[in-house]
Amino acid sequence: MALDRSDVEKIAHLARLQISEQDIPEYTTTLSSILDLVNQMQAVDTADVAPMSHPLDAVQRLRTDEVSEPNKRDHLQTVAPAVENGLFQVPKVIE
Amino acid sequence: MEWEAVIGLEIHAQLATKSKIFSGASTAFGAEPNTQACAIDLALPGTLPVFNAEALRMATMFGLAIDAEIGRTSVFDRKNYFYPDLPKGYQTSQLFHPIVGIGHVDIQLDDGTTKRVGVTRAHLEEDAGKSLHEEFPDMTGIDLNRAGTPLLEIVSEPDMRSAAEAVAYVRKIHALVTNLGICDGNMAEGSFRCDCNVSVRIKGEEKFGNRTETKNINSFRFIEKAILGEIERQIDILEDGGRITQETRLYDANKDETRSMRSKEEANDYRYFPCPDLLPIVIDEEYIEQLRATLPELPDARRERFVSEYSLSDYDAMVLSADRYLSEYFETAATAAKDAKLAANWVMGEVSKHLNQTDTAITGAPVSAEMLGGLLQRISDNTISGKIAKQVFEAMWAGEGDADQVIEAKGLKQVTDTGAIEAMVDEVIAANQPQVDQYVNAEPEKRGKMIGFFMGKVMQASQGKANPGQVQGLLKQKLEQLV
Repeated sequence: MALDRSDVEKIAHLARLQISEQDIPEYTTTLSSILDLVNQMQAVDTADVAPMSHPLDAVQRLRTDEVSEPNKRDHLQTVAPAVENGLFQVPKVIE
Repeated sequence: MEWEAVIGLEIHAQLATKSKIFSGASTAFGAEPNTQACAIDLALPGTLPVFNAEALRMATMFGLAIDAEIGRTSVFDRKNYFYPDLPKGYQTSQLFHPIVGIGHVDIQLDDGTTKRVGVTRAHLEEDAGKSLHEEFPDMTGIDLNRAGTPLLEIVSEPDMRSAAEAVAYVRKIHALVTNLGICDGNMAEGSFRCDCNVSVRIKGEEKFGNRTETKNINSFRFIEKAILGEIERQIDILEDGGRITQETRLYDANKDETRSMRSKEEANDYRYFPCPDLLPIVIDEEYIEQLRATLPELPDARRERFVSEYSLSDYDAMVLSADRYLSEYFETAATAAKDAKLAANWVMGEVSKHLNQTDTAITGAPVSAEMLGGLLQRISDNTISGKIAKQVFEAMWAGEGDADQVIEAKGLKQVTDTGAIEAMVDEVIAANQPQVDQYVNAEPEKRGKMIGFFMGKVMQASQGKANPGQVQGLLKQKLEQLV
């Protein structure tokens, strides 16, 4: 399956990736070849195989409902670009 | 042309766990910003989510309560979108294999009929943080305390046909989750939120019209108003020959109208896929049956029991059974008073009135159920009249003690001493000769009504404390002697 230029632009937009104009042809080719590989795998007969949602054949372990994380705000906010009154600050977003 | 509304609802109920769905940070409401957001909630590199067993139990309990299929294997998926209050860039949710499958609830309508509303599914997911747009002039403030709080999203079938039906459904789900103890139901704090999908079509048509989704409405009253307004808006557009755009709308309670938030046509591309950080959740029959055995009495069953056990009317039983704490209060008071009907009247009357006036929850009522029961006993044993009881109740509400203390302190004990009542009756008869003459000369069948005048006078003379039955008996006896 071949992707075209607009597919690549849409994927980049959804992933919030800025890509340069000159790289688009290469992405188009390489992404298409990934899909080709998937298509190749689709040819395998899996009629008798139950779909798996995870490569490990294991089940989720559960955690007891206890508060175990203390307040580490000051430490965790040292990596934030902007903080004020305990809030993370980001460029204005209004819907 | 007759239009018909088609309504489906998505309810987000925050599960009442102590810690978050995938981390050990606290879920308590109202903390300082970001003091309950740990490395997992912040999506820092190298962290791994671990699923909270209590969230699984609560979701399963809900499924059992609505008679739903429980997903023996459920799987978390990633719902991808970018917004600053969602640090991971995706919301961990369940699309393909939810924990709760198809179920149903029965709602009671105003005309006394019952309608079954289908629940399509209910799935587990995490709440996002909060964006504070007003805090700073050029920046948005982000508080991630709420990020990772477990949510149960309950999706209904488009089975409702009016705003009233929608509200009845929301109330029923609210009663269920609060009775199960899986959600505190606090709509003002956002623990229980509702998105309304509304479309209209010409009555009798099969096909649904284009729908709009109105987000995050946080009171029963606003749900009704938002839906009524949206139905009217859509009908106006269609009757003017327009078409409805599928979009997300916000309800503005101040203006009582919905407005467009964003167009859904291109925005929705969530690229769901199974979350590789979480393994499938597998539960067995034993787990389900263990939980089924712990299901508390639910509102429908309690309503029926109130009718059969206490002989309450359908309406009284419905009002008193919906809320877990109100029904506990009623039952305790009824037992203490040894008179269920009297207790029902007082809980729905004076108690509810005072709760509303002071904006107090039943659990915080200054008059406990036992205290109310004690007061009602004093009505039953003729210590006080119903009218005086209201006065005593006011004093109890103000913290002046229990019923007996207030009656004693204020000297409100009903006068049942025949001699004392007789003296007052004689006095009233002597002081109102013209009315006595009228009585004596009146037709016998009209005299019954005329006693009311003397009753009033005697009750006034006793400051409401004379036993009304005794007064009436004595008056009748004495006046008839004069005829």
